[in-house]
Amino acid sequence: MSMLKRLLFALLVLALPASQGIAAGDTAERKLENGMRVIVKTDQRAPVVVVMVLYQVGSVDEVNGATGLAHVLEHMMFKGTASTPAGEYSRAIAGAGGRDNAFTSNDYTGYFAVLQKSRLELALRLEADRMANLTLSPEEFAKEIKVVMEERRLRTDDRPRALVYEQLMATALTAHPYRKPVIGWMNDIENLRVEDTRDFYRKWYAPNNATLVVVGDVEPDDVVALAQKYFGPIPARALPERKPQEEPAQLGLKRVSVKAPAELPYVLMAFRGPALRDPERDWEPYALDMLAAVLDGSEAARLNRTLVREEKIANSADASYDSVARGPGFFYLSATPTPGRSAADVEQALRREMAKIIEKGVSQEELDRVKAQAVAAQVFERDSMFFQARQIASLESAGISHRTLDLQLKKLREVTPEQVQEVARKYFRDDVLTIATLDPQPLEGARRARPSLPVRHAQ
Amino acid sequence: MLLAEPALAILPIQQWQATSGARVYFVENHDLPMLDVSVEFPAGSGYDQRAKSGVASMTQRLLTSGAEGMSEDDVSRQLADIGAQLGGRLDADRAGLSVRTLSSEAERRRAIDIVARSLRAPSFPAEVLNREKVRLVGSLKEADTKPETIVSRTFYRLAYRDHPYALRSSGEVESVEGITREDLLAFYRSHYAARYAVVALIGDVTRAQAEEIAEELTRGLPEASGKEPELPPVDPLAQAATRTVPHPAAQAHILIGSPGVARADPDYIALYVGNFVLGGGGFVSRITEEVRQKRGLAYSASSYFYPLLRKGPFVISMQTRSDQAGEALKVARATLAAFMKNGPTAEELEGAKRNIVDGFPLRIDSNRKIHEHLALIGFYRLPLDYLEDFVQRVERVSAAEIRDAFRRHVDPSRMVTVVVAGDTPKQVDAR
Repeated sequence: MSMLKRLLFALLVLALPASQGIAAGDTAERKLENGMRVIVKTDQRAPVVVVMVLYQVGSVDEVNGATGLAHVLEHMMFKGTASTPAGEYSRAIAGAGGRDNAFTSNDYTGYFAVLQKSRLELALRLEADRMANLTLSPEEFAKEIKVVMEERRLRTDDRPRALVYEQLMATALTAHPYRKPVIGWMNDIENLRVEDTRDFYRKWYAPNNATLVVVGDVEPDDVVALAQKYFGPIPARALPERKPQEEPAQLGLKRVSVKAPAELPYVLMAFRGPALRDPERDWEPYALDMLAAVLDGSEAARLNRTLVREEKIANSADASYDSVARGPGFFYLSATPTPGRSAADVEQALRREMAKIIEKGVSQEELDRVKAQAVAAQVFERDSMFFQARQIASLESAGISHRTLDLQLKKLREVTPEQVQEVARKYFRDDVLTIATLDPQPLEGARRARPSLPVRHAQ
Repeated sequence: MLLAEPALAILPIQQWQATSGARVYFVENHDLPMLDVSVEFPAGSGYDQRAKSGVASMTQRLLTSGAEGMSEDDVSRQLADIGAQLGGRLDADRAGLSVRTLSSEAERRRAIDIVARSLRAPSFPAEVLNREKVRLVGSLKEADTKPETIVSRTFYRLAYRDHPYALRSSGEVESVEGITREDLLAFYRSHYAARYAVVALIGDVTRAQAEEIAEELTRGLPEASGKEPELPPVDPLAQAATRTVPHPAAQAHILIGSPGVARADPDYIALYVGNFVLGGGGFVSRITEEVRQKRGLAYSASSYFYPLLRKGPFVISMQTRSDQAGEALKVARATLAAFMKNGPTAEELEGAKRNIVDGFPLRIDSNRKIHEHLALIGFYRLPLDYLEDFVQRVERVSAAEIRDAFRRHVDPSRMVTVVVAGDTPKQVDAR
């Protein structure tokens, strides 16, 4: 069959009405004998498959002096195995019409490829290969560590707001490893060695610490059979013990200020809050989710309406709540003042909005609006297979079953105005608050200190 | 299933003209109970006057700030109440609105009604304009401290000189401060005309419903008198230009390029495939290989063509630690020169074709992506089988055609180079 015919055949799916057997939302879950989990979500809307392998290891598993290691290893996963030379992974995926990349977070590291469904096996073979046979050559490491330093410069060092976030987390937490940036401190990156990546890889990259997520036009049984074929032979290994590293109670308001070249100040506030642990019994995380949406779920939400549109104090104002995490959850508020207004002005305005909710609560109408948005968003999200895979990945990596997604929507819809007021009272307190402020510096003469160079292990 | 109309096979696009004169493009798809709709016009920032730069953008921005008795809060609250997501576009050529809504009747009707009224009778409230001007000026001043903004502004100014593609789409501090409500009204009346409108729809509605929606969205739009607005042609660069701008950032931000290719140019396919090999193909492209993989000079290094109504830019882009800017430039230029000389190898060309052709389903695997294609095909008046034809033409293109197309559109001896860097700016002139 010519390529074009194959395409025509495959793409007709798009024109079929739903009654002709389009299924989306079915998931199957299996465990291989070596402990590797396989989650398959069938979505027949297009002849495409998203393949994601997640390792339950992230920056939380790094030790002092070696921050950034999980992320550097993620980069090295593209640098070849015994049978696949450096760069060959990406060449093979690209040559099959696919795209690939990877990401590292606090809690987990993920690798993905998106391809035509007929190339699923290729992606699984290559993923299994690099789970077990990574080369980690000193020559490749020496080049790639420089790339990672460039990444840190690009994404953090030269981005004032990224620096503000980095400093916020380092200040908000004392003991919990979420205080470290995922990309690592520059000096730690400079001093990483290829042996560090080898050690980390041996410890954590095992099938019993991995989950395969596949979303697309596939049969779950076929995926499981292929997973068994390629990942099945890789033996399970004992995983290192994880210490809980629980954050001690905060004893009062914390503040930090960041000087960087910029025009406008910026305020970022983080309230320590609960993370979702038990989707059935928890209620506070849902109430905090609703609260974040009442504040910033749409253009019509409180922060934009009040601070930006009516009072013209802020150029922008945002609220978000990070509840899906193994570690502590945070409720964030941030704002940029309009020219002529100060960081203190927008901080006061944000505090006043919180006080209003603590005192007067929120209206049923506001909650209904948020619920309508959540219901619609759940439909819209199904338009993207990649989004669905990422959603499964982030939930599962935080220890929450993806099967609770419907339950979570139901619980969100049950939140009452009283519950929103109650969590506002409980968590909007100075004793669990950290505030980071950007103190803008003029460009002229704002040369910042650079890390020492050259990198000693570069050769 | 039989293919009655082979030319329409890949994407069964239905096309017609609304009573208003607007062109309508529709794909019926009932997989999910949702609908994506957009209405776009030749109203991008390319139609701005230099002294009034930012009018096109502000006009688009204020379309949903109230209409026919609705305040801006009414617009955003009513859309939020039905869970609809408002979107919009403003680029050098196009501007317009889009909305994603549930397809159930009550939600759909509400969403379409709000968008239709916003397009038909925007009130452009003076107090909203004043507020948005202040916000935008703040954002522009903020952006102008960022190396990525400085490098891009300088690049476009040098590459496009007197052409409106040189203008920043959002405008400049001085020009934005001078925008009046009359400017918005005049721009709206001359650019948001019904017969220039392109309506693109995909989702869970029937043809009859789609027709009704297109009628409603374009009814009562301004009448256009005279000729459709046109953009001037882009002159080629007479000579190379190099600029360095000092900045305290840790990394130098580098752009190299020139005006490249227009959307309608028959060379675009060859350039697209060639650029995949040169710098568009991510980890498998030469620029990434030379700059990042071999030398560790950058996290991101790439090249692209951005085809527009007139010649859009060809750009090589990278960031590297400031003191390495000279080396990175040398490597990028040498990579381009080698590619210009010989074009892609047979193996590279085959790899590019396999990626583009075999990866074709990935380009249309969601309503969102198909909607983008519909809007593109409609606005640039591409044939309905453009996507199918694209695949076939990619499959046929030869290395010699790519090399020749590059020679027609890219001249390394007449390129703009901009480096925004803190260290050793004198090194960057090195060839």
